[in-house]
Amino acid sequence: MKTCLVVDDSRVIRKVARKIVEDLGFACEEAADGQQALDYCKKNMPEAVLLDWNMPVMNGLDFLIKLREEPDGKKPVVVFCTTENDMAHITQALRAGADEYVMKPFDGDIIESKFAETGLV
Amino acid sequence: MSALPSNKFDFLCQDVRKRSGLVLGQEKAYLIDSRLGPLARKEGFASVEALIDAMIRGDQRICVAASEALATHETFFFRDKTPFDLFENVIAPALKTARMGRQLKIWCAAASSGQEPYSLGMLLDEIPGLSADILATDMSASVLEKAKAGIYTQFEVQRGLPIQRLVKHFDQVGDSWRIKPQLRQKVRFEQANLLDDFARFGKMDVIFCRNVLIYFDIQTKAKVLDRLAAQLADDGFLLLGAAETVVGLTDSLRPISGHRGLYAKPAMAAKLASAA
Repeated sequence: MKTCLVVDDSRVIRKVARKIVEDLGFACEEAADGQQALDYCKKNMPEAVLLDWNMPVMNGLDFLIKLREEPDGKKPVVVFCTTENDMAHITQALRAGADEYVMKPFDGDIIESKFAETGLV
Repeated sequence: MSALPSNKFDFLCQDVRKRSGLVLGQEKAYLIDSRLGPLARKEGFASVEALIDAMIRGDQRICVAASEALATHETFFFRDKTPFDLFENVIAPALKTARMGRQLKIWCAAASSGQEPYSLGMLLDEIPGLSADILATDMSASVLEKAKAGIYTQFEVQRGLPIQRLVKHFDQVGDSWRIKPQLRQKVRFEQANLLDDFARFGKMDVIFCRNVLIYFDIQTKAKVLDRLAAQLADDGFLLLGAAETVVGLTDSLRPISGHRGLYAKPAMAAKLASAA
C-alpha cells in the first residue's frame, strides 16, 4: 500500500486529510512541522506528501527544498495544501519542486482530482 | 418536504417539459423544493406553491426562471477527462489531416457556465497546428453571462485543472480566478435551446453534447440526436456523456468502437472501425 505523509500544524486538518487519503487507499502518516516531516522521510520515503506551508520549526517550502536534495528525494509526489492562495506562492512552490497545489479550503473531491492529475490514483 | 396538490405538480411538470425538455418525474420531485425554494424566496413568494400559482396565472418570466432553476447546471473543468483525451488522441489527429490546417468548427451544446468550452480552448493551446472556432450555447441567459465573464471560484478552479493550466490560463482577481482574455476571446457564447431549431449554426466538425440528453424523454432524445447529426460534418464527431448512447435512438449516428462516448455518422464510424 502506498503511503501519504500529511504535514500540517493543525491536528484538525491532519485528521480530515487522514480520512480523505485513507479513503483513496493510502496508508497515512502525520507530521506537525517540516522538521518532523523531513525526519520521517529520511527513514521512509513516502509516495505522496500533503504539505502545509506555514508551520513552526520548519515551514513547508524549506522542507520541500531539503526533501528534494535527499537521495530518493525526487520520488514523492508533493502536493501543497495551504491557505496561501496567491500566484506568487504557487509559482514559488512549483519552482521549488512541488507537483501540485491545493488552496484551502479543500474537500475530498479536490484532493482526489489532484492525486489523479499526478498519477497517484 | 412540502406536498404540492397534484394538479399544480402536473402543471409544473408540463410547463417545464415544454420549455426545456426536462422530465420531472416523481423521483426528481426533491428538486422542486431544493431548486424552486430559493427562487420563490428571491421572487418574494410565500411558498413554492405560490410561485407555481403565478406560473398558472401566466407569468412567463417566472415560468422561464423556474425551468432554468430546475435545470442542472453542474459542470467543471475537464469533466470526466475521457472526452478530452478522446479529443486529443482521436479527434484532433483525424481532423488535423482532413481539414489541412483549416480552423475546426466546434460546438459545445448545453455549455452551462463555460468550463467545457474553456477546457477545450486550453487543450487546443497545447496541440500544435490546430485551431478552432468554439461556439458554446446554453438555454439559460444568466448562466451564459457567468460563462462569458469567465470568473470562477477557488473551488471551481481546483477540480479537474492541473496547477500548471491554472497558472497559464487564469488571472487572479481577489479570491476568484478569471480566464485570461486570450482564452476568453476564443469562445463565442450564444443562447440556444436544444428543443428549438439550430440549423443557423451550420456544419460542425465536433459537437459536445454531454449530460443534457439524460434529462429528456426518449422521443425528445431521438429527435435532438437526429438534428445534431444533421449539423455534423460527414467525418465529424459527436461526444456524449458517459451514461449516454445513441444506440436504439437513432440510425443517423453510430458509436465508434473502442472509444466510449464518441460517435460519428455511420460511414465514418465504419471507416474508423476498419482502420483500427
